[in-house]
Order: sequence, then structure tokens, then C-alpha cells
Amino acid sequence: MAAGIADAGRLLRSGETTASALLEEALDTASRTEAQLHAFLTIDSGGAREAAARADADFADGVDLGPLHGIPVALKDNMCTRGVETTAGSQILAGYVPPYDATVVERLRHGGAVIVGKTNLDEFAMGSSTENSAYGPTYNPWDLSRVPGGSSGGSAAAVAAGSALLGLGSDTGGSIRQPASLCGVVGMKPTYGTVSRYGLIAFASSLDQIGPFTRTVEDSALALSTIWGHDPMDSTSHAGEYPDPTAALGRGIDGLTVGMVTELSGEGFEPAVEAATGDMLARLEKAGVGVVEVSLPSFEIALSAYYLIAPAEASSNLARFDGIRYGLRVEGQTTEELMARTRAEGFGPEVIRRILLGTYSLSAGYYDAFYGQAQRVRAAIQEDFARAYDQVDVLVSPTSPTVAFEAGARTSDPLAMYLSDICNIPANLAGHPAISVPIGLDDSGLPIGFQVMAPPLGEQMMYQVAAEVERQAAFVIAPTAVEMAR
Amino acid sequence: MTWEAVIGIEVHVELMTASKMFCGCEVAHGGEPNTRVCPTCLGLPGALPVTNRAAIESIMAIGLALSCQVSPRSVFHRKNYFYADLPKNYQISQFDVPVCHDGHLDIEVDGAIRRVGIERAHMEEDTGKSIHVGLGGRIHSAERTLLDFNRSGVPLVEVVSRPDLRSAAESRVYAQELRSVIAELGVSDVRLEEGSIRFDANVSIRPEGSDALGTKVEVKNMNSFRSLERAVAHEVERQTALLESGGSVVQETRHWDEESGVTHSMRVKEGSSDYRYFTEPDLVPLVMSPEWVAGVGARLPELPAERRARYVSQGLAPSTAWVLSGLDPSLRVVYDDAVLSGASPQAAANWVTGEVVAWLRRSGADAAGTALDGESLAELIQMVEDGSVSSSAAKELLDGVMSGEGGPRGVAERRDLLQVSDAGALNGVIDSVLAENPRAVGEFRSGEEKVVGFLVGQVMKATGGKADPRLVNQLLREKMTG
Ligand SMILES: [Zn+2]
Repeated sequence: MAAGIADAGRLLRSGETTASALLEEALDTASRTEAQLHAFLTIDSGGAREAAARADADFADGVDLGPLHGIPVALKDNMCTRGVETTAGSQILAGYVPPYDATVVERLRHGGAVIVGKTNLDEFAMGSSTENSAYGPTYNPWDLSRVPGGSSGGSAAAVAAGSALLGLGSDTGGSIRQPASLCGVVGMKPTYGTVSRYGLIAFASSLDQIGPFTRTVEDSALALSTIWGHDPMDSTSHAGEYPDPTAALGRGIDGLTVGMVTELSGEGFEPAVEAATGDMLARLEKAGVGVVEVSLPSFEIALSAYYLIAPAEASSNLARFDGIRYGLRVEGQTTEELMARTRAEGFGPEVIRRILLGTYSLSAGYYDAFYGQAQRVRAAIQEDFARAYDQVDVLVSPTSPTVAFEAGARTSDPLAMYLSDICNIPANLAGHPAISVPIGLDDSGLPIGFQVMAPPLGEQMMYQVAAEVERQAAFVIAPTAVEMAR
Repeated sequence: MTWEAVIGIEVHVELMTASKMFCGCEVAHGGEPNTRVCPTCLGLPGALPVTNRAAIESIMAIGLALSCQVSPRSVFHRKNYFYADLPKNYQISQFDVPVCHDGHLDIEVDGAIRRVGIERAHMEEDTGKSIHVGLGGRIHSAERTLLDFNRSGVPLVEVVSRPDLRSAAESRVYAQELRSVIAELGVSDVRLEEGSIRFDANVSIRPEGSDALGTKVEVKNMNSFRSLERAVAHEVERQTALLESGGSVVQETRHWDEESGVTHSMRVKEGSSDYRYFTEPDLVPLVMSPEWVAGVGARLPELPAERRARYVSQGLAPSTAWVLSGLDPSLRVVYDDAVLSGASPQAAANWVTGEVVAWLRRSGADAAGTALDGESLAELIQMVEDGSVSSSAAKELLDGVMSGEGGPRGVAERRDLLQVSDAGALNGVIDSVLAENPRAVGEFRSGEEKVVGFLVGQVMKATGGKADPRLVNQLLREKMTG
């Protein structure tokens, strides 16, 4: 098994391995672990083998399509793939085969990537444990009784297990970083607008952002450099410069200042998580970094604002699933009845809960008090971030207040589940980049993640710091359940 | 009590841009259902909208033509409601920051100019079409509903007037004038029968002299200017009867039934906030720079009101200017070119609004394809004025030109329409007529002026109608008095 994308790229180009060999290894891992993990909803071994053969032919012809050429990739099943079923983890899209590729999928194909399959997720990316999937939960490769986090739990678990060297997820309120933390891999949410949302089945349009799961920080930067870029099909796509995310990787971080967010500690944070975070800060300080505590008071109300904005947008985004044109249809006497029955049967309870919440917060007489007020909180968060970045280069915190929790532990307590993303949501509300890097294990052998946040388009510096964190942690990805399956 | 009607008109105009509002699909009428569709206008999962710049230029042109302010920054909103032919179950529209606001349109009613306020013009996307098949063709009795999304996402401009109209006739004139302005801009084909322009009326009544607004009823489904006028008149009558009998008007939407000439209640009007409007997060705000607005303004064509003012300044009567301004553009070009070629505006206007239009009506020909050009019309007018043809022969001459037989001079020669205007050629005929009618000559000399007419007639008869009667008259007098 190659250690990651950069390593595999070297082996591919030196002729020590082939894309087909990498793929077979990934498929073999999947076949041995899927029964327990359930990371994938669809494995497209046929399509993947063709792509791998093409990549090998390319290499033989001296054609080099870049860092993802020949790399096995797992896609969260809310990204449209032409000709391959795409369900968003929902019954309402059972059997739905998109007639087009998402822009990010197109970019992967142009970059010669080998798409292994589509991974499990909380239905419409609504959740923090991948237990809200209509197709059954995904489990954590480090402990099969625990959740992988979510909503992109399938991609996180697939990369941790080695069924793919790259996983793509989407992060609306932590849905990449939190599962990365819980599965002990690197997960990154780019600046809003830098990775096209065209073809991503929308949850909350103003927050959704696609990003990579990888085994190393360098791999994350390499993947980002392929998937991001301006897309005329997405009006919110960033039209300016895209600074090379890999440029500052080897630079060291002597002289930089890191701000530890005081609001992201204390009550609700597990002692092991706080200890690992403190230990990492001490190491960074020793490596020449200035470490200061920074207060961003608006973070206290970020979660509440998020749970008004995201459901409001979702209530509208999910209105199109009505049984009329595609997906599930439950017949009725009238069009209204057909739509109502289809939606009642097609959506799971968490999705229905959020649609109701969102519908309510946009309703007559409540708009200002709820949605309007939440937008003002969003502006306050942006101001707090801007003030903080006047003093420090990057902000850091734990990625998740806890390690992976027991499956089923929070399914009946939505508020406890919502708190899983408390560290992640501010970066979504502000549209800033953030990454989770694994830094250690707790006493039960469960991974702990460390979050680095940076100003908009500050990916270079974010990766620069993340690479140092990775070096200091010297974390080894060796999930127990997968090792047992080998 | 005397009641006053308070009427506002909402007009939806489908733009004729090359592609749809938020995707690259073609905008056209007809064709096989669901052939001009893509992931975006079908509302497929993951598809996103991208604003069509040409549509924004079109709405800016409409706004400028209606003397509106163009907002420097404008925002799209989602209007959320479930309907089978609305693929996303929300319509991308605008709410509190429309592209254009606060304009006006002047209309002429019974010779007086009325200024009608324009509240706003905003941009939105059209829906698909539901086709109910089987049984009654109405939604509740249909066996099946078929959906055609070719129209889905076609750019739509909604122009909302202020409640400044006071009668059904004013409402019709406003609608007609607005349509002619939009036609002039060339941004829509404004075909009522195709639904590319649609009118809804908001009607209320109040005691005359009151400033308060009564309960408003929205009337829909008028498919001609006549039905708009009838529907508004009916609604005013209905509300008056209701209030006078002690009842009250319910705020609702009513459907005009052309055949029975009455309105039917459709549903109780929902408050606008039930649409759960919120900023469209998939689109960035529109920024209309002063340079962009000025560029669109500079390319605006001459508008009907400006054109009428120009005609009046050329010396035409306002009523003639109105008629001429309403003619097919190709006929107005004939007028303009004739004047440029030296014809008097009055004569050119008389010909174009009179004989030319009558000829086209008789022949059923298309004005745009007419063989008449302004230079020919000017020449024809000149020939009448210098006596080369008589005014009755001129009509035949016009027929020849419009039938494509060639220029006026050639047609006159080939059809033998030229008058004898040469005094020398007429002298012999006149002398013999005088010789044959000594009694008439005597009567003239004793002061019987009227007898000249008889003598002119004799000369005309002798020349087969080709003499210039004015010249004959003049020569006769000279010979009898000289
Ligand atoms: Zn389209």
C-alpha cells in the first residue's frame, strides 16, 4: 500500500507500481472491510478498472495528467456522477442516475483520477455520525462500535481503511473536518467558492464546500490543487487568483503566530482532547511559533445561527424532491397529495426535522427574528475573525470536542449531535478555509484531530502550519478494525 | 355614493434573449416538448443558475424606457411554493431590491395626457407548462397532466404599475402603450396569443374623494386588450354592487371568463410572505455600474412618446402623429425617408396613414415587405404637386408602385397616367372647345364665373382626362379675358 497520493505518484512514475495495481489493492481492501464498515453505497469496479487501464496507458505513452493521475478516489454520494447512481443517502433518490458529472468529478476525470465508488453519508449531508443514511450507518475503522463522524463519514472511513487514497466530502458545518478527526485522517474545507458546487446536491448553498480527505497534509494540498479553480457554471465561484496550495509546505513555521480560540475549550471538551491540543501547542511553541489565546465571542452563538441558516436554505433546496420528475414517487389522488406522500416517505426524520425548522424560520412574521438575526450573527463572526487575524496568522482549536462516540449514543438527542460540530461551524459561516490534522490517540486508541483555520484564500499558510503539526504529531494511520481484516 | 376605481396593472413580459435566464438553453416558441431543457432548467439535483447578462440589459432597457431608476446593486430572491410545473418548487425572482424602480409612463386618454407611475420592474424566470389531458381539460377533471419545461427558465420581466389608473379604458390604453414601448425596444415579441406578454389587474374601489385604498382583488386570465378592459369594467361593477348592497370585498384572485364575461374566485390571496422569500444563495448580487447603465441607455431606440413629439414638431397634428406612430415600423421608415427626400410631412403622413394602409389592407400584404420606399413616395407626391399626375391618377400610380411595377415615373408612363401639362399642347384643344361653345364664352364674359367648370370639363373630355385641370382652367381664363 502506498503511503499516500504523493508516494503513489512517485511509484507510478518510476514504474514501481501501476494505476491498476493501486486500484486492485483498494478494491481488495474494500472487499475485506466493507461488510463491517459500510463506507460505500456504490462500488463502480468496472468504471474504475477502465479508468485505471487508461491511466496506465497514459503513463506508458508519457502522458502525465498531474498529481491525481492514476489515484483511486472515493466520492461522497452527493456529487453527481454521469451514469452512476447518486442518492445523497436518501430514499427519495433511490435509483437516481444523473445525466451529468459535477464539475469536481469532471476535474478528477481530466486529472486522470480513478473513481472507485460513491460513499455513504448522512441523508442530504444532514448529520454528524453517518447514522442518518437511508442505506444504513457507516462504522469507524478504529472501533466498529463507534461512528465515523459525519456527514462525510463514508469518505473518511474509506480513506482511513485504505479503500481509496483520496476521498471527497462536503463540509457545510464540519462535515469533512469532524469525520476526519474521528477517523484519524486529514480533512480539509477550502475557502467558500474555490471548489465548484455545480453538481453537488445542495444542503445549504451559502455554506456547502467540497474538500479532500487524505492520509497526509501534502496529499491534501495536491488534491486541492486539482479540484479547485474558477467554474463559470457556479456563480459563487471565486474568479480571482488561486495561490498554489503546495507552495509553502516545506517552509517551516518559525516566526508565525498561532491563536488558540478560548471559546473552543472547557465544558463539553473531553480531557484527552484538551490534553492533546495543549501538548501540540507546546510543541509548536518549541518549534518557534508564537502561541497566544484569542477570544472570538460570537463563536458562542455560531451554532444557533447555523441551525437557522442551514435548515432555511435546505428547506428550499430540498423542495425539488417532489416525485414529479425523478426519484421516488408515491402516488396520490392529486398532485399535492402525490408530492406530500412522496416527501413524507422519501425523507428520513432528521431531514424532515430540518425542513420544518427551516420553513418555520423563513415564515411570515418570524423571518427577522430568526433568519434575519442569524445573518447578523454571521456578519459578527466575520468581524471577530477579521479582528483575530489582525493579531495572529492562523487560529487553532480541537477539531471535535470528543473522539468518536458510540453508535446510537446521540441519535435520539439531536442537540447533543449538533454540538459535535461546535468547533467547525464558524469557518463555514465565515467562508474561511480550515483543516483537521490527526495528532494522537486517546487511552482507548481513538484518534484526536487538531484544527487549523486561516483567512479566506489563506490555504498556503494553513497548509504550512498543518504540515508542521503533522510533523510534530508523527501520527500513524493504522485503524484497528482494518488491521484485523488484513 | 359615487365610487372611484383604483387600478394597478402587473405585466409579465417574456424576453427574447438567445438563451434562458439562468442556463444556456435556447428561448423559442413551439417545438417538441422538453427539447430545450438542461439540468438547470429541469431543477435536477446539483444544478446551479448563472445569470444571463443579456436579460439584465433587456430589463435595464425596459426600465430606462419607463424613466425608472436602475438600482446600482440588485438581489435575486427565492419565491417558494410547490407547483408541478415549477421544477425547483421555488422561482428565482426579486423581492426588495428590483433591478428598476420608480418610473412612469404617459398615456393619452380622450385627448388628455395621464402619467401612470411605475413602481418597479423586476427580473424572474418563467415556469414550465402543465397540459391537462383527458376529460374536461381542467386540472381537477383531467386524467393526466403532462409537463413541458421548454418555457421553464425563460427570462421574465414583471412591470408593476402604481394604482394610478381610474377606469377600464385607461387600463387598456396603459397596457397597449406599455406593449408598444416594449415592442419598440425589441426585447420581446410581445405576442398576447403566445403569452409572451400577460396582464393582471389589481382592482379596488373607494368613495370618490377618499385617499384610502379599498380591498384589492387581483384579476387574471385576460388574453387581449379588449378582455382586459372588459374584465376590469366587470370587476369595478361587481365591487360597486357588492358595496352598495352592504357587502364587502374579499381580498382574492379572480379568474376572468371571456365567454361568460364574468370573474370567478380562484383562491383566497396568500400574503406575500407565505412565499418565504429569502436571498438566492446560488447567485451573487447584480452590480449595475453607471457605465453599463449609460451604455444600455445610449443604445435605446426612439420610443413612441419621443416619436410622436418629433412628428408634432414636424408640423403634424397630434392625432395624425398618434396614428402614424402606431403603424408598422417599415411604414414609419417610408414616412421618414419620404420627408428626408423632400416631401412635405403632412402630405407624406396623409399618404402613409391613408392610401398606403388602405392598399395593404385590401391586398392583405405584409407591411414589412412593401415595394414602396420613401424616395418613391416623395416622387409621387412631387408629381401630384407639379401636376404631372392628377390626384385620382396618383392612387392608381401608388397601386402600380406597391405592386412592384417600378418607380413612379416609369409606372405613370407605362400605365399612361401622365397629365398633359404643356400649355402649347393644350392650346389647340382649348381653342376648338372655345369655338364650339360660343354661348358659354359669352356667359363668362358677362360675369358667369361658374361656366369655367363646364369648359374645363369639355377640355378634359377632349384630352381623355390627361390634361392638368388647373392649367386648363388658367389657360381658358387667359384666352377668354385676353
Ligand atoms: Zn436549461
